Amino acid sequence: MCLEDWGFKLQIDLSSDDGRPIYRQIVSQIKYNIAAGVLSPGDELPGIRPLAEQLLVTPNTIVKAYGKLEVEGVIVKRHGAGTFVSEQAASIRKAERDRLVAERVDALLSEAKLLGIDFESLINVIERRAKQVYPSK
Amino acid sequence: METVIEINDLSRSFGKKVALDGVSLEILPTRVYGLVGGNGHGKTTLIKHVLGLLRAQSGTVRVFGKDPVRDPAGVLERCGYVSEHRDLPEWMRVDELLRYVAAFHPTWDSSYAAELVEMLELDGSAKVKHLSKGMRAQTALIAAAAHRPELLVLDEPSTGLDAVVRKDILAVTVRSAAENGATVLFSSHLLNEVELMSDEIIMLEHGRVALAESADSLRENHFVVTTQTQMGAHEIVRFSEDSTSEILSCRKQAGTLSLVIKGDPARLVDRLRAHGENEVVARPASLEESFVARAGRDRVSAKSLELADVQ
Repeated sequence: MCLEDWGFKLQIDLSSDDGRPIYRQIVSQIKYNIAAGVLSPGDELPGIRPLAEQLLVTPNTIVKAYGKLEVEGVIVKRHGAGTFVSEQAASIRKAERDRLVAERVDALLSEAKLLGIDFESLINVIERRAKQVYPSK
Repeated sequence: METVIEINDLSRSFGKKVALDGVSLEILPTRVYGLVGGNGHGKTTLIKHVLGLLRAQSGTVRVFGKDPVRDPAGVLERCGYVSEHRDLPEWMRVDELLRYVAAFHPTWDSSYAAELVEMLELDGSAKVKHLSKGMRAQTALIAAAAHRPELLVLDEPSTGLDAVVRKDILAVTVRSAAENGATVLFSSHLLNEVELMSDEIIMLEHGRVALAESADSLRENHFVVTTQTQMGAHEIVRFSEDSTSEILSCRKQAGTLSLVIKGDPARLVDRLRAHGENEVVARPASLEESFVARAGRDRVSAKSLELADVQ
């Protein structure tokens, strides 16, 4: 059984090597799903039980994750109807994308520094590699 | 909130072997407790006391406020239990077994039992003695869960099972917690399973509670700080003095010093940087890293750190 069988597009992959609490991993992956356009405003999220059973985490963990997302305005609970991605989530998508990219850039910068690569050489590498991803530039 | 299990200063020896040594625990409703620890550190002995299968030599055990040894019916009626050995009557058929167990439980839900049998693709007409290890575990779990117990106790529920069956077993456990609001106490030596599946983690070491903490705070409060340094492991201890963090373990390998700490790493990191150390980095510790560090905690002293240095 996977979430797609319930008609949910959500993709979540939890890692025990990740030191963050499980509910936070779920929160950030749901945001990631929104940032990547897998989930759109108005989409329904799985219920607590099916998601807990699918991810093999405790129901309390899902309750906590959904609670946090609701406080942040990412999702809304409609009584009796279920849990949905909020309409404000579009702005979150932009902010979340920026944050995700910044996170990766930070990791790249510190690794480059560790390897003793100066900033200019790093930019050169980025420009060279970028040609494959953005051929028009 | 009514406490589901209350254990106070419980000790137990078998001959000269001390199995439990002054264990005190409080298990709260609707939470999932993962019980971890190596073989022979007291997990099964503790579970047997909860179910009244062993009498406390000293200390007290209360389940739903009752003594499980004196009032086994009052306690077991509200419990579901799968033992480590998943012992079942060999000569029965699966459906006979479930009917037999149902007779002991007024709250038995036969349509739920049937649903679980179907979900796990078990053959009701199969004899228990012909069941594979995995099917046996699944049958034992249905027998324990289908009366929708308030407390589900599982001793090593997934040991020796393949990944698919293990997943089924865990899914039924999650479902019991989600649908019935059951409190779950399960033991396992598979750390990655416990860390996903637990709200609270209890670690037993040599019959003592080495750790009882929520999985979230365990993850939020433990960090690994690494640095490239000339310093020896024993010198690092002074950087944590009157600090906001406590060093639990310390290892030096190929010029990189790794510290597992409890608490906020910021001040320790600042101090190390101020001292001129290079590449001081803090990241959240995985549960395994915290466990290993906590397990060796008593051994972390300036003296043993010197030993770690030599390695």
